[in-house]
Amino acid sequence: MDPITWTGSLGPFLNPLMLAAIAVFVLGFFAQLVLNFAGVQPGEVQINPDHTLSVARSPNDYALMAMKYAVLLFLACVAVFIVGGIVQPSLEQKGIIGAMGQRFLPVWIAMILIFALSVTFKRRLGLYGKLFDSPIGMVGFFLVMFWMLTAIFAGLVATHGAIDVVSQMRNEVPGSFMPDPDEGEYLVYLLGGDNLGRDVFSRMVFGAREVLKIAPAATLFAFMVGITLGLPAGYFGGKLDTVLTFIANLVLAFPVILLFYLLVTPEIVASGIPTYMAAVLFLFPIIFFVILFNSRFFTQPFTRNIYIFLTVLIGGWLYLGLAWNSDPLGIISMPGNILIVFVSVVFVNSPTVFRIVRGIVLDIKTRDYVAAGQTRGEGPWYIMLWEILPNARGPLIVDFCLRIGYTTILLGTLGFFGLGVSPESPDWGSTINEGRRLLTIYPHPALPPAIALMTMVLGLNLLADGLREESLRD
Amino acid sequence: MGLFILKRLGVMLLTALCLTFVVFFLTNLYPNLEKLAKTQGNARMTDAEVSSWLDNNGYGAPMLVRYGEWLGVVPGWTRTDEETGEIRGRCIDFGDDPAEAPRFCGMLQGDLGYSTVSDDEVSNIVGGRLLLTGKLMGWVLIVMIPSALVVGVLAGMREGSRLDRTLSTASIATTATPEYVSGVIFIVLLASSTAGLSPWLTENGWIEGRTLFLGSARSAMEDITFWNFTLPVMTLALYGMGYIARMTRASMAEVMTAQYIRTARLKGVKFRTIVLKHALRNALIAPFTVIMLQIPWLLTGVVIVETLFNYNGFGWTLVQAASNNDIELLMSVSIVAVIVVLATQLISDIGYVYLNPRIRIS
Repeated sequence: MDPITWTGSLGPFLNPLMLAAIAVFVLGFFAQLVLNFAGVQPGEVQINPDHTLSVARSPNDYALMAMKYAVLLFLACVAVFIVGGIVQPSLEQKGIIGAMGQRFLPVWIAMILIFALSVTFKRRLGLYGKLFDSPIGMVGFFLVMFWMLTAIFAGLVATHGAIDVVSQMRNEVPGSFMPDPDEGEYLVYLLGGDNLGRDVFSRMVFGAREVLKIAPAATLFAFMVGITLGLPAGYFGGKLDTVLTFIANLVLAFPVILLFYLLVTPEIVASGIPTYMAAVLFLFPIIFFVILFNSRFFTQPFTRNIYIFLTVLIGGWLYLGLAWNSDPLGIISMPGNILIVFVSVVFVNSPTVFRIVRGIVLDIKTRDYVAAGQTRGEGPWYIMLWEILPNARGPLIVDFCLRIGYTTILLGTLGFFGLGVSPESPDWGSTINEGRRLLTIYPHPALPPAIALMTMVLGLNLLADGLREESLRD
Repeated sequence: MGLFILKRLGVMLLTALCLTFVVFFLTNLYPNLEKLAKTQGNARMTDAEVSSWLDNNGYGAPMLVRYGEWLGVVPGWTRTDEETGEIRGRCIDFGDDPAEAPRFCGMLQGDLGYSTVSDDEVSNIVGGRLLLTGKLMGWVLIVMIPSALVVGVLAGMREGSRLDRTLSTASIATTATPEYVSGVIFIVLLASSTAGLSPWLTENGWIEGRTLFLGSARSAMEDITFWNFTLPVMTLALYGMGYIARMTRASMAEVMTAQYIRTARLKGVKFRTIVLKHALRNALIAPFTVIMLQIPWLLTGVVIVETLFNYNGFGWTLVQAASNNDIELLMSVSIVAVIVVLATQLISDIGYVYLNPRIRIS
């Protein structure tokens, strides 16, 4: 059977429309560029004597309007394709885009719920709610949530298993039918097969899970380490600051890729160094929370003891399981190769966080409210964690988003060089690496993970940009 | 200024020592040495044979002593074979008279050692590879810096305008596209004979070859042409560009709000003159630092791009040395990398002080 087409039964109607939209957009863009250089200004708002406003539209404005409507038309066409894919019964009618849209149905439903709720209650949601005032922030949030939800619903979205091999499907083009599908199996490889005959679409979907399992957690750990060390370095200064800054600069001067090549090898894993590094780095979150609760509830010993006891108990349990792989209950563990990837990513990221936190603290500690706290007799750790840190949250949240994106890129780099991941892992970096060998002949296996990685990092960057803009607006 | 540079140089030296020791330590861990012994000797050695092989080849001494040997502050090891009476040692080349060999031979004496995998002196390998990467970097900088500055200045001269939003979003998009993604997309779009633009262009007879650009830069090692070198340069330049452009934009936007710019505008100076004559010089101080600090970042990109496009330069050597645990080659590669990082930091510090009249004069 011939492979199904990209656009299915709606294609003949919608394809010309989409092409027209693209053409109008490009034309509008160039027209606007030329007009700008020719000195035609956009029309300005005028206040009439009767207190009404009027805009004299110039050709420039019409070009921009055309571009805007072209984008809207394009998006509408995509939406129609997706709805068509959900509604129409057979795969040939759906087309590849429609069929993919149908597979992502759980993601769409969750997304509509999240957006509807957030937009309704946006005035009560603080900084998060303000995000829905900025179009760039909303686009970023949409992209990030899309991949987050895909990772969560990966089992429902994917059409096949991540490592299911069908040898006849090797390098087959997108939309190819399976040779003899079993009962209940999905009939086509939506984005084609890779060089071993695995489904590219499903691997991309499961890849999201692989990446999102590590990137946010590793960034969070890097922030814990950076904050725990950066606060005292900035607040106390002196020798402590000199030593910590020197160490941070040392790590930063290390070419990242060399460090990865040195750290993420089987021989290093055998020597036990990752475990020791994990043992040190994973200790910081526990220290952070113990100091946090101790400084807050210092005057209420009973409450403090409960909090610290719980932190040490839960933290210690996780610590034993993750770092030493010796969880007494046997529930939590981390495979050696994931641990080393995790540890190296945390190790590379924390010095930068340290420098950011230190810089912010140096700035904030000169404020009056810090002096007021000192006069009240508050301890240094209380001032650092409960006076300075909450006031530094804006830049830190923005950097957190950016840093998850950067961590995703780092994980992709690791996968691209085949470091630390098992060869069958569907993470995006390794799939790109596998696909690039036959890239000029069979481009379809490498492109989907590449575009996935790009859109997710772009989403995080746009989200950070939107958050920065909205937090500056207060 | 002199004291400042001296102090910086001292810190640099200390950093370089620490970093090289870390690399030395990680490459010389016992599992790595065991692998080396098995690849150099034979794969089925017993543990005892491995340790005797390591002893015989000078890997038996404590880590610090061997680091000293490599550095050239501790005399190189020598060893007399008990059966033949032949004297071998770190500083004795094969066939030379042991009596005439120097006592010290390390980095400080200019002896970078011997690559166990390529069977050649490290200095012979690294030089040529660095030249190749130098060419790549040179072209990348030529493309990247002017375009990034232009984009940044255009975006920053009217903050919040539509042009600013468009260019800023484009810069964000380039920083979100790592080299291994943009490289793959470029190859598919421009260098594939079955997909992208090339088949269409060939059909219309607009290009001579089968593809618009070549997806491999192997031939660029001998002869750089527009056809084989555009894609690697473009891939590498694009990722670094966004960041420099955003920094230039921020700096430009800050300068444009300054008092003296407002004065100039109120005097009736043309906007074009204000941007080019009044604002630009002050706006370019901060991007200079950013550009210098961006060079070490390019290093990671170089490794990826050289692997992706099969260009056997410095980054490719790093990958080969690291994956084969070629200890002395890897040490030299990391020395070069560390020197690049530290030198660019130093230049950016000095340059910042020198370029900024407020600091220079006070």
